[in-house]
Amino acid sequence: MPISINGADHPLPDDPRVSLLDLLREREGLTGTKLGCNQGACGACTVLLDGERVLSCLTLAVQADGREVRTIEGLEGPDGALHPLQQAFIDHDGFQCGYCTPGQICSAIAMAQELRRGDPSHVTADLASGPNGPTREEIRERMSGNLCRCGAHNGIVEAIEQMLAREAL
Amino acid sequence: MTPFAYRTASDRADALSAHSGARFLGGGTNLVDLLRQNVESAAELVDVSRLPGSISETVNGGLLVGASVKNSALAAHPLVRSRYPMLSRALLAGASAQIRNMATVGGNIMQRTRCVYFYDAEGARCNKRQPGSGCDAIGGFNRYHAILGASEDCVATHPSDMCVALTALDAVVHIAGPDGERTVALTEFHQLPGATPHIETLLKPGELITAVELPPAGASATHSEYRKVRDRSSYAFALISVAGGLEVVDGKVADVRIALGGVAAKPWRATRAEAALKGLPATRENFLAAAAEELTAARPLDGNAFKVGLTQRTIAAVLTSLAGERA
Repeated sequence: MPISINGADHPLPDDPRVSLLDLLREREGLTGTKLGCNQGACGACTVLLDGERVLSCLTLAVQADGREVRTIEGLEGPDGALHPLQQAFIDHDGFQCGYCTPGQICSAIAMAQELRRGDPSHVTADLASGPNGPTREEIRERMSGNLCRCGAHNGIVEAIEQMLAREAL
Repeated sequence: MTPFAYRTASDRADALSAHSGARFLGGGTNLVDLLRQNVESAAELVDVSRLPGSISETVNGGLLVGASVKNSALAAHPLVRSRYPMLSRALLAGASAQIRNMATVGGNIMQRTRCVYFYDAEGARCNKRQPGSGCDAIGGFNRYHAILGASEDCVATHPSDMCVALTALDAVVHIAGPDGERTVALTEFHQLPGATPHIETLLKPGELITAVELPPAGASATHSEYRKVRDRSSYAFALISVAGGLEVVDGKVADVRIALGGVAAKPWRATRAEAALKGLPATRENFLAAAAEELTAARPLDGNAFKVGLTQRTIAAVLTSLAGERA
């Protein structure tokens, strides 16, 4: 079966060593997803696989067989408008160099869904009842898998916080 | 990365038909990295991450967790959160949300040490990676290494958080292999290094973890927590961690569970401390004394002597917290 990337089918690579990240960047020309540490330590390669956030550097492309991948290129509206979170990152100075940004944005979109489901996090006080809303502490903990070496984390958290408050994520 | 073949196992029998030289692949968060670093190699990867896996109650009121269940799903499961909170807490303290979405229960149990010398295939000696080559961690950078159960050949630690809670909860590992099925207590599953640090578990060639079973949750499982001490507050491996559960009756310890992470090549069940505490008043002084008794066996290295006191205080802090909630 092929892999669906942003709604279009793509063939599997012949060599099973090809990571999902390399498939996206080197074979499909989707260079929005970034290669950072290539070992699962930075989150720059975060994409959505069947709607959930994963690291494309540690996913073999063949493991995505028959699944739906969504990358930063697949977030814009049909008219080419920015995703609301992309605009929020601009409005809140959520980046400097921008290298971690696609991973941050994909990660935050899935995080919003996890919050809506009531999934607990490390800082959730009451496991049984779940998170007590999208507090700053919850956002920071849930986004800890995405590092920003420019140190734009304050702006990133503000952008996400605003979009969650507006229920735009 | 050396070339390998890949196939998706269609069912358990198909997975077990793997030939020697094949490796089972779960989420890949550890194995793919190790293959890329040339620490591991495989003729074939047999992907078992799509085998059916669910979380279901057993007839005796325990919980059976399929090996392919994702760490995120296990952490969020209502019965785990309500009956075995230390397990949810341990999972949520590990890795990142992305990695927890990928990592499987079976793979988590099988993950390998994060010792930097084990990872450095080109530049370092490691008896675990290459038996007989020596150990560069002893006398090297060993801040993260073992204080209990290590040997002259290896001082690596097991990196899992999940396994620490599972060990405290008396989890049982279900295994299938060419010769049939068997079960092993998780406390017996991982091996201390001795002179053979490359042998890490009781799994025989061709055997596959199919599930983990939790016994019915008593008071000391349900009244439990997990505390992880690390160099940053999120997304870091443990310096040390403590899974603790406590049942206090009339001010005295009726039942206690203690397991430690970051201190040994296996998740460490603190049986000496548990035995010392039974029947004693549930006080911080007694918790500290029992932890000290467990740690009389500690043999710290140049870079990790701090772990002995840190572990003692963290055990006491967890149990004091649990005792306080009941008071």
